[in-house]
Amino acid sequence: MTEYILRRLLLGVLTAFLVSILVFTLLRIAPGDVVDAILGGEGEVYSDEVREALREQLGLNRPLPVQYVTFMRDFVTLQWGESLRNNTEIWPQIQKKLPITLELSIMTLLISVVMGIPIGTLMALYRDSWIDYLLRVFSLAGLSIPNFWTATMIILGGAFFLNWSPRLEYVSPFEDPRANFVMFFWPALAAGWVGQATQARMMRSTMLEVLRQDYIRTAHAKGLQYYVVVYRHALKNALLPVITIIGITVALILGGTVIIETIFQLPGLSRYLVQSLQNWDYTVVQTVVLFLSIWIVLSNLVVDLAYGWLDPRIRYD
Amino acid sequence: MATQQERVDPFSGRARPSAQARVWKGTMNFLVRKPLGAFGALIILLMVFMALAAPWISGDPNKWHITDAMYGPSLKYWLGTNDLGQDMWAMIVRGARVSLYVGFLAVALGSCSGGVIGLVSAYYGGKVDMTIQRIMDALMSIPTLILALAIMAALGQSLNNVVLAIGIVQIPRANRIVRSQALSVKESEFALAARSIGAGDMRIMLYHILPQCMAPWLIIASAALGTAIISEASLSFLGMGVPPTVPTWGGMLSTRGREFFIDNPWMAIWPGVAISLAVYGFNLFGDALRDVLDPRLRGL
Repeated sequence: MTEYILRRLLLGVLTAFLVSILVFTLLRIAPGDVVDAILGGEGEVYSDEVREALREQLGLNRPLPVQYVTFMRDFVTLQWGESLRNNTEIWPQIQKKLPITLELSIMTLLISVVMGIPIGTLMALYRDSWIDYLLRVFSLAGLSIPNFWTATMIILGGAFFLNWSPRLEYVSPFEDPRANFVMFFWPALAAGWVGQATQARMMRSTMLEVLRQDYIRTAHAKGLQYYVVVYRHALKNALLPVITIIGITVALILGGTVIIETIFQLPGLSRYLVQSLQNWDYTVVQTVVLFLSIWIVLSNLVVDLAYGWLDPRIRYD
Repeated sequence: MATQQERVDPFSGRARPSAQARVWKGTMNFLVRKPLGAFGALIILLMVFMALAAPWISGDPNKWHITDAMYGPSLKYWLGTNDLGQDMWAMIVRGARVSLYVGFLAVALGSCSGGVIGLVSAYYGGKVDMTIQRIMDALMSIPTLILALAIMAALGQSLNNVVLAIGIVQIPRANRIVRSQALSVKESEFALAARSIGAGDMRIMLYHILPQCMAPWLIIASAALGTAIISEASLSFLGMGVPPTVPTWGGMLSTRGREFFIDNPWMAIWPGVAISLAVYGFNLFGDALRDVLDPRLRGL
């Protein structure tokens, strides 16, 4: 077990290393750089000398391997440096923005699980009936309707019918829990509807498979009530593969927060990332992407461990 | 050429139906057994028609009818006009072209190369597999939209770069599904038999393993179509996709759509309806396809 965790962590380090190279390279082959973003594009008022001086000041004229090694050294020693664009320290920014993205992700995950699992179960129990079709139409709609449109429609509906619009400034849950909840509920609903679809689909097929098993027939045969068979015997076993899907959903949800945070103007990590990307703010982008990918690697590990804990048949070796 | 006599079924002795008849029968069977899937296929066909016939069924999307700006749906402008007086029906129809182009090409690129990578990785195993799969792990540990955004930032905004960005993002999934299938097929007796009669690596991979991986690959690819269309719209929505001069559904919902949608909700409604219907069609079809192709679920 310990060996398994250690091996997975080592592989995770390798993955993070590859991600760092990938992101570093992608940003360096991009046309234009942060100097253009600060001083304006080619042919603007600033002379080439000024541009060069700024590049030197920001350390952009050093050889690429040197830049990469510096970035990795700073990342590993947690000296995450500052933004190239406006000289703000990156780490305090992440500390401030991470809870927002985290809260949004957790609420999204909760909503998608609370919707997806009952929907999938019902679809399997009433297979090929109108309930199955109706739920499938609803569930697949979540996967088909882009989250930015759902979000836009929520804002539009709120403005038209309820005279409501999303708050523009962030409220901490410790200051005003209710306002904070409302602030995160709608964005999480727009994003959770997407995540729900994969879980419902998986739930339906695993549930169908479990319902065909002999022990379910036995449970029925010994006269157990229908819901006891479903809840006690079928649901528990059908849930297992769905848990792996929840692990995949973490990456999906983090990707979704990019758009949701932009629309609802939540000052989270993803929005920070997109803004930095648009400004060619190398240091911020590579640090945040690496941070996010470590987050995903770790949450996948946690899910795999949880899987083994829930299903004793699984052995790590 | 096959003669009529060769088409006799060796077991029953009855004549086998022609290929055409079998396809026809299969299609009819699909229509009856999977009405939702057939509905999805209908939506896809309509969209393809819209994209192909764009110049004949709509006007010029880039013409500004300034005096007619911000109209709701009417006989003259079926879906209304935006703040610049551009005909939204024309923009939606042109948007279908971009969505389909990006969707099909990105999936062809991403799923095919992902599939080939998965096949090679599983077949050779060992160090090759280890190296390839670590790279795939790295790609998968970056949220797809963020990876696509980074690729777009690196390549610059253009239609074909969007195809490339979305295609690359889809590689790991196709790789994973084909690899796991190929790993088990590789050990099967017929693959072993092929090897024992001296078949080369390429022959075993292409003729013996690949056909067995087609069903899960098709399922992943059909699901990827919808995702690709949403990704394209998301990139355009964030202003990092196709250049803003090209009418796209995501772009219509972006800056302008969001600035004026309180005054003219149609500007935000139509592009969203278009994206949702298109992706819905692909998802319904893909779902039905999976039910038909996935042997584990067959007959459920």
